[in-house]
Amino acid sequence: MTLSVLYAILFYVAAIVFIGGIARKIYIYAKTPAPLKIPTTPAPLTKPGVAWRIIKEITVFQSLFKSNKWIWIFGWLFHFGLLLVLLRHLRYFIEPTWFWIDLIQPFGKYGSIAMVVGLFGLWARRFLVDRVRYISSPSDHLMLLLLILIGVTGMLMTFVIPINIVAVKGFTMGLMTFDMQPLPSSTVLFIHLALIIVLMVVFPISKLLHAPGLFFAPTRNQRDNPREQRHVQGWSAEGQQQ
Amino acid sequence: MAKDTVTAPKYREFREIPVIVEGAMADSKPYVAKPAHQEGVGFPGELVDNWQEVAVKKLGELVSNSRALQVFLDTCVKCGACTDKCHYYIGTQDPNNMPVARQDLLRKVYRRHYTFAGKYFPKLVGALDFDEEVRDLWYSYFHQCSQCRRCSVFCPYGIDTAEISMAGREVLDSIGVGQKYCNEILGKVHKIGNNLGLPEPALVDTLEGLEEDLEDDTGHKIRVPVDEKGAEVLLITPSADFFAEPHIDGLMGYAKVFHQAGISWTLSSYASEAANFSMFIGSHDNLKRTAMRIREAALDLGVKRIVVGECGHAWRVAYSFWNTLIGPFDFLDKTYPSPSHICEVTYDLLQKGAIKLDKEANDHRIITFHDSCNVSRASRMGNMPGGQFIIPRALLKAAANNFYDMAPETIHENTFCCGGGGGLLTDELMDLRVKGALPRMEALAEVVEKYNVNTLVAICAICKTQFAKVLPYYEFPMDMINSLHQVVGDAIVLGGNH
Repeated sequence: MTLSVLYAILFYVAAIVFIGGIARKIYIYAKTPAPLKIPTTPAPLTKPGVAWRIIKEITVFQSLFKSNKWIWIFGWLFHFGLLLVLLRHLRYFIEPTWFWIDLIQPFGKYGSIAMVVGLFGLWARRFLVDRVRYISSPSDHLMLLLLILIGVTGMLMTFVIPINIVAVKGFTMGLMTFDMQPLPSSTVLFIHLALIIVLMVVFPISKLLHAPGLFFAPTRNQRDNPREQRHVQGWSAEGQQQ
Repeated sequence: MAKDTVTAPKYREFREIPVIVEGAMADSKPYVAKPAHQEGVGFPGELVDNWQEVAVKKLGELVSNSRALQVFLDTCVKCGACTDKCHYYIGTQDPNNMPVARQDLLRKVYRRHYTFAGKYFPKLVGALDFDEEVRDLWYSYFHQCSQCRRCSVFCPYGIDTAEISMAGREVLDSIGVGQKYCNEILGKVHKIGNNLGLPEPALVDTLEGLEEDLEDDTGHKIRVPVDEKGAEVLLITPSADFFAEPHIDGLMGYAKVFHQAGISWTLSSYASEAANFSMFIGSHDNLKRTAMRIREAALDLGVKRIVVGECGHAWRVAYSFWNTLIGPFDFLDKTYPSPSHICEVTYDLLQKGAIKLDKEANDHRIITFHDSCNVSRASRMGNMPGGQFIIPRALLKAAANNFYDMAPETIHENTFCCGGGGGLLTDELMDLRVKGALPRMEALAEVVEKYNVNTLVAICAICKTQFAKVLPYYEFPMDMINSLHQVVGDAIVLGGNH
């Protein structure tokens, strides 16, 4: 029970750091001015056009696809797998579960495989490709290791040593309603959750910020209309009437 | 560097990605600006005493004033997508010329001083203090980036290394370590009005000579006017167009187009420069100050339109930044976009039938077109995305019978830099320039072999100068490089209309 209390407290702290940290970063990105028009052209001329450009970047990693098929396939496997896994995990936070969450449960299982395969592929590149080896810092390796361990411990519980998921749900629902419930006693689960806590804390101070950052890149989110509409912001707005 | 010490790298047989050779270009550095050059553009004359402190503070200011930097410094995941996209990496194999590694030179210092991870776990995330060694790396490798934005096309987060190298150069300028080539030239623009330091009488003289040449060549009284109040069009063109080959043939081409279409136009001796090297050094004070001469000239001459000649980065500044910096252009004719590119003007006249081109006049040319980086990836022509690729090609196809594009992965937004952009067009960087031209030369060699291409057309003053210098290293004739309006000018049917 003391361990459960400890985990509960850590989850609250991690949630605050995670949400607060990302919110702070998003605030900084949003309030930092973009003084000049710098979309990478050819760029869309309209707002829906820009939205479509960004949707393509998020869903099919369009630029990466143009760039490198190996990184694309591993990166996409990982991210899409992760999405399925996260959706599968929604069942721990919603009661009664929505029907489509029930529906995708098996896909979440395959997702975990895709996720870990993708991560190993990306990690292999850090050793095998001389250019990628050169640019990798220890943190780049550790981040992959962290994600792989999260994936592998999760898969262990799904495929090898099942745990009492009803009790887990009791714990997570308890977290949300501030009604402390014990975690089932499982070493793999404790490792899995500890690693997730680390991931949540590290997220807002690491390269994982690429997730919110993508939406704010002026090269991708600006319209190509500098002649049609005068753009002034930050230093370029100083001394202007607008 | 003397010509005989520089050799071109060999073409790659299968375009394989070259392996890294650490430190291959560590000695490549442009000349450092002298105090006079520095002060002419508002920077300290020499290395300031507390340069580390000043640099770190300046970096912080730049980041908090630019969303691009703020986001780009956070979002890179080191995926490696950009690592083989830079022409300087391909040509030199120096790993610091991989876009991500170049960015990291700055990112490491930013992390060290402005992020939690870098402050407390520098080794883990590869954060570095801004010491003498790092300063030297910055000077060397931020002057091995032509700010061509090719990497930004391929980055899944749209990270643009140009923004980073501009910031790096600005930090260096702020501590007194500027680059001679850019800063000296900018001083001349501020003082005299053009990069060459060509004063008004010399300009007038040159243009008169040009009018005589035009009359000798064509038998028509084609004018190249300067400072004519009340003209309809103010032409802002790179000053290389006044004297360099093949640039000057382009200028004569513009003159023929305006003449035949019956459009009155003028150059300005006060704003006799389209180039704005302030962009290369990231200095927005200088950017604005240089551009402002053009607004002043346009108001002074009372023109209705501003048209920009063939120049890549100048077109980026004009198209993307002028409205912001020196707009609004409410004093100009609303029927035309402001500013217009000379290619847009010629294309428009061609569509309307106001000029006619005789393709057979160019039958001796077998043409290919080099998309200039700043035109391709940082601007537009016409009213649709990608017009910057369509319009110049439409003009070439209307002016000549023989046109062949280079390989698709080397044109349009995938175009490779000529190797001399971004303020690197200086002789002491010749080794870098020759090596950086490799991917473009490989693509050119292919169409030369396949279609007997003998003419490489560009619409950028830097590209033209760079190719004229670099082509011979790859055993192509230097006069293979032509201005687009040279080809148009040779095909234009003069007389008849008026």
